[in-house]
Amino acid sequence: MSRKISLTVNGAALEAVVEPRLTLVDFLRDQAGLTGTHVGCEHGVCGACSVLFDGAPIRSCLMFAVQADGHAMTTVEGLRDEDGSLGVLQDSFWETHALQCGYCTPGMLIAAEGLLSSNPDPTDAEIREAIAGNLCRCTGYVQIVEAIRLAAARRRQQPVTPMGDQG
Amino acid sequence: MKAAVFDYSRAESLDEVLAILSDAGGEARIIAGGQSLVAMMAMRLARPEILIDINHVEALAGIGTTSAVVTIRACTRQAAAEKSVVIAADIPLLAAALPHVGHIQTRNRGTIGGSLAHGDPTAEILLTAMALRAEVVLASTHGIRNLQIADFGLGPMQTAAADDECLTEIRFPIPPLGLSIGTVVDEISPKAGDYAVVGVAVEVGLDDAGICRHLRLAASGASPVPVSANPVEAALLGSTLGSADVAGAARLLDPLLDPESDVQASAAYRRRVAVGMLARAIELARDRALDRSQNQNKGDLT
Repeated sequence: MSRKISLTVNGAALEAVVEPRLTLVDFLRDQAGLTGTHVGCEHGVCGACSVLFDGAPIRSCLMFAVQADGHAMTTVEGLRDEDGSLGVLQDSFWETHALQCGYCTPGMLIAAEGLLSSNPDPTDAEIREAIAGNLCRCTGYVQIVEAIRLAAARRRQQPVTPMGDQG
Repeated sequence: MKAAVFDYSRAESLDEVLAILSDAGGEARIIAGGQSLVAMMAMRLARPEILIDINHVEALAGIGTTSAVVTIRACTRQAAAEKSVVIAADIPLLAAALPHVGHIQTRNRGTIGGSLAHGDPTAEILLTAMALRAEVVLASTHGIRNLQIADFGLGPMQTAAADDECLTEIRFPIPPLGLSIGTVVDEISPKAGDYAVVGVAVEVGLDDAGICRHLRLAASGASPVPVSANPVEAALLGSTLGSADVAGAARLLDPLLDPESDVQASAAYRRRVAVGMLARAIELARDRALDRSQNQNKGDLT
């Protein structure tokens, strides 16, 4: 039996009717139209579907959309700047070539955002720990760590508020 | 990789959870963090007809403490436990185990009770509960019963919880006062955050003379459920945990083990590694307890 849910995604209030077995990631992509979040393994291993749920990174393939009723999410689309350009974290990934095929990238960005929002000056060990649940199969870990380190330094100089945090 | 059809019920109270469980005749499953259950549903290894969501039952989340026991309610998030000052101070072994549990994304959602109820034999929370001889509380419409963790974990993915019971809380004993405590949780896994192949949990309590007065040991990955190493504890209590004594006593773990070979490791490997890791972890926990004791003394002088 389908259910009506109300939730906040990237600061915008959404209402939808969902079947209970619809995962949160399938809802975000197919019903909310936010295809930035990627579906990888669909069983909680790869981390590509990571989103911020009430501010903390989670795997959106391991939740049903119906469970998100009343909660707030930030997807990778919510990490952009207010004018629509790349946010500091995204720009740092670009700057350091921290992606090849891009499949893991939204999950990596969300994991990094989760880290930097609570720890503005992480050590490399803390950065590696924060992305340990995200698989990159292209070879990019060194540059991803470099990107997060660069973003942390830039954000300490010029604090930013990602769009998703405003709602 | 999509779950089969089910009906969803967001419970607001424990009574509501128990009533649905009672009416469902074994066809309902409780979802807490869902970090194992949703994956099993995606693979159709689990096909509950009714999913009872307990994430909004306030009485099932939170951490409480008395002089002897820390009570963790079942739906307390692993990430909340990891940040808890009560757990850091009073259940140091659990604090040492939690960073090994999954990844940050799964700990933000996964719960203490959910991990135990799932019954993965290499899960670090179950390992810690076995080492500390924790107690679990199960509720149903018939009432409440308390079980020792050794009587709760029956085998891989098997627990003593009946179809109509809900795990409500876990009670971890606080280490004795007046001892210097050292803890170690160590494991071998293909990569950080993966399921452990073999794991050990060790809590050592030393008195002022460096004599071991408290010892809690368990090993996982070499038996159908983690085992508490009672004979090893008995052999080492009252000693200074010297290397030769520890190596000798750790061998008493061997007869308690019943490993199976699988794609990750042979039974012989699991057996040998469990004994070796236990000895190494006892020595490291001893050194940590000694360091704490020395730092404490330095603190007293300044």
